[in-house]
Amino acid sequence: MAWVNAIIQGVLIGGLYALFACGLSLMFGVMKVVNLAHGDLAVVAGYLAIGVIAVIHIPVLWSFLIVVPLMALLGYVMQRTILQGALDRSVLTTLMVTFGLSVVIENGLLQFFTANSRAIGTGLALVTGSFTIGSQIQIGYLPLVIFLVAVVVLLGLQYFLSASRYGRLIRAVADDKEAAQLAGADYRHVFGIAAAIAFGTVALAGIAYGMYSQLAPTTGTDTILLFAFAAVVIGGLGSLWGTLLGGVVLGVAQQIGAQISLSDELLAGFIVFLAVLVLRPQGLISRGAQS
Amino acid sequence: MSLATESTARSAGRFRVARSRRNVAWTGAVALIAVVVLALFPYIVYSGTTAILVQAFIVLTLASMWNLLAGYAGLVSVGQQAFVGLGAYFVLILAINGISPFAALPFAAIGCGVAALPLWWLVSRLRSGYFAIATWVLAATVMLIIEKFSSIGGGTGMPLPGFAGMDPALLTAYTYWAGLAVTVVALAVIYLLLRGRLGLVLTAIRDDEVAARSSGARVGLARMLVFVVAGAGCGAGGAVLAISQLQVQPGAVFSVQWTAVMAFATIIGGLGTIEGPIIGTVVYMVLQQTLASYNAWYLIILGLVAIFVALFARRGLWGLVDARINVRLFPVGYWLRVDSERPRRLALPRRG
Repeated sequence: MAWVNAIIQGVLIGGLYALFACGLSLMFGVMKVVNLAHGDLAVVAGYLAIGVIAVIHIPVLWSFLIVVPLMALLGYVMQRTILQGALDRSVLTTLMVTFGLSVVIENGLLQFFTANSRAIGTGLALVTGSFTIGSQIQIGYLPLVIFLVAVVVLLGLQYFLSASRYGRLIRAVADDKEAAQLAGADYRHVFGIAAAIAFGTVALAGIAYGMYSQLAPTTGTDTILLFAFAAVVIGGLGSLWGTLLGGVVLGVAQQIGAQISLSDELLAGFIVFLAVLVLRPQGLISRGAQS
Repeated sequence: MSLATESTARSAGRFRVARSRRNVAWTGAVALIAVVVLALFPYIVYSGTTAILVQAFIVLTLASMWNLLAGYAGLVSVGQQAFVGLGAYFVLILAINGISPFAALPFAAIGCGVAALPLWWLVSRLRSGYFAIATWVLAATVMLIIEKFSSIGGGTGMPLPGFAGMDPALLTAYTYWAGLAVTVVALAVIYLLLRGRLGLVLTAIRDDEVAARSSGARVGLARMLVFVVAGAGCGAGGAVLAISQLQVQPGAVFSVQWTAVMAFATIIGGLGTIEGPIIGTVVYMVLQQTLASYNAWYLIILGLVAIFVALFARRGLWGLVDARINVRLFPVGYWLRVDSERPRRLALPRRG
């Protein structure tokens, strides 16, 4: 039963990994930018939430309503300024600039907020509460809610991209930005919107992670970015369903690893990632030409 | 005789292809004198100064390797700390088995070159950004695997054995010479590789990968060779690091900050020139030494400068120098000399 429990916990945390991954995937899919500062932005969102809660004494859940739009706005502004600037030069430049940002953000947080890890204390019964199935399986309300939110966000995003008018525009720009421009679309604005969505989702995921676990300045790279990337590769590029599946596979692998030996949690996840890279480089769910 | 060959033959007397616009024999002589003077440093300066210079040698070696990867082969790796760590651990393992750490250094470099082959096989199918993060994941995985072996210190690391009974002054001097030797060999290898066929292939790939492929350039092989050389070089840097620190700690040698340091030094100095990392290393060391008491501030400032340079001065500080005085200390390209007029560069300028 302990194994069944590990798998269930893995599935639940996998939803959060997928939520981290979808912004990374979206930005690569639309503007071919791999944002190496992605994880650090999640940590920034988490710290912002902690700050907002401490300063204006609002209920924890309200912090989402403030921080997520704020990060989305930051995403739009950053895309229109330095990210677009880097993109106009070369793909190499976007990597150097986002890597630079990642190091600057991480060390900046370290400098101003020390290396201590912080959690977002919710004070709600929801966080600590759980229900049990049988004698071994214990499901916390918080992981369950986070998983459901992740599924809703990913489904919503998938629906938005495939069925809505603006989603069609984003896909058109992703396919061929010059052609879209000729047809009257301002691709820079569309890129900005896509970045806003990506930053919004990563902010959501960052705050959720802060409630679920703890955030430290280095969490952004050594945990969030690497897990998000592993989820994207395991699932297959260019498919949000794949990303969800990838997150779940990664989460389950980690929990099974932790079940074997507590120190094997991370290693098990990365080994599954490498195995997929070798055996099925297109990912578990492949869209073929859309890579 | 066709018109084209006829005109080529007729004008052949007026064209000459040279390695450099100016005579670079004197730069070779200056480089030689510089190395000799640097080699004499342990006799003339305090050990505190040589310790700082050893750090500079490590940074220069790593930055030159990162420059080879990103500046010449277009491979932005964020996982080079895997090789820094492996190099340090190869020295540790050999030292535990009774081999002097200094004798272990070349084996550590070769070992890292060999280790680069399977790692290349894992990440070679990924391009640009995904390659970058995949190398990062690889580095994290390598560290987690190394930490599983308690005989080499597990998660906490261990002091480097093999120095018992050695005169501290002699140890400082040997460490310094090891660092200098690694840097000189690394720069020489990069220079000779880029001057040769590999340099030509890499230039062709940089300008147009599809055209290079269709002209018979073995793109995959060239990139693999670069990755292996960079692995060996970063491994040698890691080996010097282990010797200079007298201990190996997984969290420190596998830190992504090593990649940050090599990338920033390269970008600020000038990506895609051998001279760039040298200038970048000087800038890095000056900033690091002046801001040493302010914790992470030097990395924040370096990062901001690197972002600015990547966006607005793409050829870095060396690019600014080169644009003014037009000189190459390490000429790896070709110049077309037309006797009647001013010499013009044959190689196309870097793409904008």
